[in-house]
Amino acid sequence: MEPLVKHEGKVVCMNRLNVDTDQIIPKQFLKRIERDGFGEFLFYDWRYQADGTPNANFELNTARAQGATILLADENFGCGSSREHAVWALADYGFRVVIAPSFADIFFNNCFKNGVLPIVIPTDVRKELAETHAKGQWERATVDLEAQVIETDCGHRIVFEVDAHKRYMLLNGLDDIGLTLQYEADIRAYEANRKAYQFVY
Amino acid sequence: MGKTLFEKVWDAHVVKQLPDGQALLYIDLHLVHEVTSPQAFAGLRFAKRTVRQPAQTFATMDHNVPTVNPTDVRDAIAKKQIETLMENCREFNVSLAGLDSPFQGIVHVIGPELGLTLPGKTIVCGDSHTSTHGAFGALAFGIGTSEVEHVLATQCLWQNRPKTMRIRLNGSLQPGITAKDVILGLIAKNGVNFGTGYVVEYAGTLIPQLSMEQRMTICNMSIEFGARAGMMAPDETTIAYVKGRQHAPRGEAWEAAVSEWKSLVSDADAQFDVDIEFDVDSLEPQVTWGTNPGMGGSVNGVVPDPADAATETEARAIRQALEYMGLEPGTKISEIPIQHVFIGSCTNARIEDLRLAAAIVKGRNVAEGVHAMVVPGSKQVKQQAEEEGLHEIFLAAGFEWREPGCSMCLGMNPDIIPAGERSASTSNRNFEGRQGRGARTHLVSPAMAAAAAIAGHFVDVRTFQSEGVTA
Repeated sequence: MEPLVKHEGKVVCMNRLNVDTDQIIPKQFLKRIERDGFGEFLFYDWRYQADGTPNANFELNTARAQGATILLADENFGCGSSREHAVWALADYGFRVVIAPSFADIFFNNCFKNGVLPIVIPTDVRKELAETHAKGQWERATVDLEAQVIETDCGHRIVFEVDAHKRYMLLNGLDDIGLTLQYEADIRAYEANRKAYQFVY
Repeated sequence: MGKTLFEKVWDAHVVKQLPDGQALLYIDLHLVHEVTSPQAFAGLRFAKRTVRQPAQTFATMDHNVPTVNPTDVRDAIAKKQIETLMENCREFNVSLAGLDSPFQGIVHVIGPELGLTLPGKTIVCGDSHTSTHGAFGALAFGIGTSEVEHVLATQCLWQNRPKTMRIRLNGSLQPGITAKDVILGLIAKNGVNFGTGYVVEYAGTLIPQLSMEQRMTICNMSIEFGARAGMMAPDETTIAYVKGRQHAPRGEAWEAAVSEWKSLVSDADAQFDVDIEFDVDSLEPQVTWGTNPGMGGSVNGVVPDPADAATETEARAIRQALEYMGLEPGTKISEIPIQHVFIGSCTNARIEDLRLAAAIVKGRNVAEGVHAMVVPGSKQVKQQAEEEGLHEIFLAAGFEWREPGCSMCLGMNPDIIPAGERSASTSNRNFEGRQGRGARTHLVSPAMAAAAAIAGHFVDVRTFQSEGVTA
């Protein structure tokens, strides 16, 4: 997995509550057995009209949003289905950071497995960022995972917190399975003492 | 201080606790389906790893499966995904209830049915509705594909300990009110993210009165308000349900298991981070009007006005939902016409759901212009229903009687609703495009879906005269 230490990039703002993973990657694209190539289907039903032409009003299709790598989202982003394809699509499209006042749990965990950093910020801070961004006061931000700080190009400085374990894994681009296998002896010891109901008969 | 049910199950599964708060949690049962597993098996193969505990891993195919003729998969990409699961199960020695198996069905229907789902277990699946299995007092939650790979390789998962919430459901189901109305009503009242970060225990006077299937319907939709998992303490109803099932313990192992399960109840002095109550006595049949499961209310209500919303962001969300749904504020819910009825899904496709719907349908006909279908949750449910003659009731009324699968719950298979058309659906999500691009989904109970099929619009099921329809 690609480590994420510091990321500088253009920001796109999406003012929608409860964006679910069915919107991020609609179900018709879940049939593939690969992990890559989902970016072209990101937000498909919002991004394209029924005839396949781009929907000019959709946030990601504006001239200003082109090349954005940081998504400023709203409450409960990534709710619904557990499909990791949602994160694969965001990452493949080019997003490395998603900032929101809250995330759905499964989506939040999936981000860390794919080198995407989800950052939780307070609702009022999100509001300030969105309003000033809408007024064109800023375009880009730098996200420093080591220092746990976001800085916008108009001078906002926001301190955030990421779980120490997840932060370590992302900073170093580490794979969870490798870490877990270091505890093989503990797993074996646990398995030796399992109770009757823990088995499949 | 005492422990909650969740804490007892959690503590019994911690393999290793790290000082940074992460716990390595042992997973007793891993359910696998075709959509979220291929990349995980590919990862194993790439790293030359094996499945650590094939006996604790169980696969089926459900999301992609056509429900007219399951083996006739015409979508080449879906076919490839189904075949990939078959190959992966063969290569890694994982049990598979395949398309030719008498046990195939929706993963969350067959787990309990086969006795794989047991109280006290930790259960995961690459599917958010894994919360269903919490009805047995298991700790069950959905995971992403990277985590699927991790569990395949290690039989463990790294987890932060979630917070705990108790929801006391008090009262009794009144005639015509179902478990589906309880969970929809709860979410309509509290919103779609009040459970985020929590494992919920459903308690209160209602739970002991419920069958296992009703309990599963409630736990199934825990994810729809963001909860990591929903649990209910096992009791005599749970034990009676599990006993004698195919993969449940027998003999001495059964006795040992039952004695463990009796301790799976929150202690009287256990503390929850949050405690809420919900009264079900005054609940009315629920219908959603919007594009998330919290956008709903009584069948006797009206479509809300965005002007009444508390914040501009909420007003915008309601406007966007009404535009998608093609609804005007103030319209009576009971006057909304429907063109499709779907009775199925991991929420409501078990035998009791089908009996309930059949009791409403019996001797009546599907309204003109309405396409109605019943998709049993599993081959076993289908067989049981046919033994009881339910299929004849549905067919006589004009319903289609299909083969098991996820079907129209998410439209990953040929069962899709055309743009602009409207469904009364017993599934769990009314998101934009969920049942097909532009399709408009209204979530309801099986009883309400059956009544809507007959009437051609939503109707309070309590006004339908029907034999034996009490819950």
